[in-house]
Amino acid sequence: MKTAIVETELKPLTRRQMAWRAAQDIVDGSYVNLGIGMPTLIADYVVAGREIIYHSENGLLGMGPAPPAGQEDLDLINAGKQYVTIVPGGSYFDSSVAFAMMRGGHLSMVFMGAFQVSESGDLANWSTNDEKALPAVGGAMDLAVGCKDIRVLMEHVTRDGKPRILKECTYPLTAKKVVKKIYTDHAVLDIDEKGFVVREMIEGLTFERLQKMTEAELHLDPQWRVLDVPEL
Amino acid sequence: MINKVVSTLAEALDGIQDGASILVGGFGSTGIPFQLIDALFEKDVRHLTIIANNAGNKEEGVARLLGGGRVDKIICTYPRSTDCYIMERLYKEGKIELELVPQGTFTERMRAAGAGIGGFYTPTGVGTKIAEGKEIRNFDGMDYVLERPLKADVALLKAQTADRWGNLAYNKTGMNFAPLMATAASLTVVQVSEIVELGGIDPQRVNTPGIFVQRVVQVGDPL
Repeated sequence: MKTAIVETELKPLTRRQMAWRAAQDIVDGSYVNLGIGMPTLIADYVVAGREIIYHSENGLLGMGPAPPAGQEDLDLINAGKQYVTIVPGGSYFDSSVAFAMMRGGHLSMVFMGAFQVSESGDLANWSTNDEKALPAVGGAMDLAVGCKDIRVLMEHVTRDGKPRILKECTYPLTAKKVVKKIYTDHAVLDIDEKGFVVREMIEGLTFERLQKMTEAELHLDPQWRVLDVPEL
Repeated sequence: MINKVVSTLAEALDGIQDGASILVGGFGSTGIPFQLIDALFEKDVRHLTIIANNAGNKEEGVARLLGGGRVDKIICTYPRSTDCYIMERLYKEGKIELELVPQGTFTERMRAAGAGIGGFYTPTGVGTKIAEGKEIRNFDGMDYVLERPLKADVALLKAQTADRWGNLAYNKTGMNFAPLMATAASLTVVQVSEIVELGGIDPQRVNTPGIFVQRVVQVGDPL
């Protein structure tokens, strides 16, 4: 006889669904930097009719999609070193101008991947403290300061089930008190003065169960909604 | 008459000695002065400090210098990538010194060096390992870390077009760090695909004025 408590089978979001959800929040006319990795998928799901200008820190504003095969321009790449295109109205500039746009607070929104985020908004996304691994920081630290609207896309827990949403980050910090919103495969959370506020959870997930997956204390928005995304 | 155009890569690199600090332009595969780097490899100068965004891929570019034992120290923002096995190996074996710099701080340190600025305060890196041991100052309620200029003996760069005065025009995202590096070195050497008459580059399209450039060499377009 089965007596175990049967928890509802959950269907966490795929990476593309997380990107889709984040894309819905980009308003018309935004200047946006999409960090390397999962955030770059966001551009595929921007709401039709919204004009969004993408920044790439290697010196490009008005980045367009990948070119068709065979039409790559060897002098036109993004910060992830992938071949891209430029849209009409786009511009090229040197790296100091690219970073002035970031550090100087000229971007509307920045989406980044992360290893860990703390309840005060600390971001850890450049090093896992592995002494033997070759460290690399690139533009992550500069991207995380300056812009007032830093958002993170990441799985809610690590591959082996450890929490990533923490009281304090255990990995080396990228920047302190910068993250405003997190899109995970289970929930959408804001960070405000009292810590993490859950705005959306996937179908079937209870607040108690989400809290168990999270080291930091969560607060449930009384107006919370189901995190509803299409099949992609 | 001013003529900064030299006819060979060897001439372009004349006078570079053991122990030199060398800025190398490029981001990923764009804007890398591959021919100048290969010529530097052939010149067999050693104990170099290389200052570049990346540490090269496979056995090309900066990776070739690293693999050939030419480099003691690298100042870099992102030395890691899928094909960056030489840097990975040297780092693990403790055979190279790495100074890791956030990319915006990297650009600004070179800009400061080229513009005669003695240091600057940036919010980047505050509260992280990068700021350890550096002066922190609070301005208007926000913490900033003091960063110092980054200058070098030599800059090796790639541009699309030059004239004999050393005016440069770059191509698309091939520009990246080059305009900053050109200002931050005592000897700036540029490989270009094309050399034009004076006035051949629209003055409004000159990305680096020739005052920052000492030598230009035309190379066959490798692409």
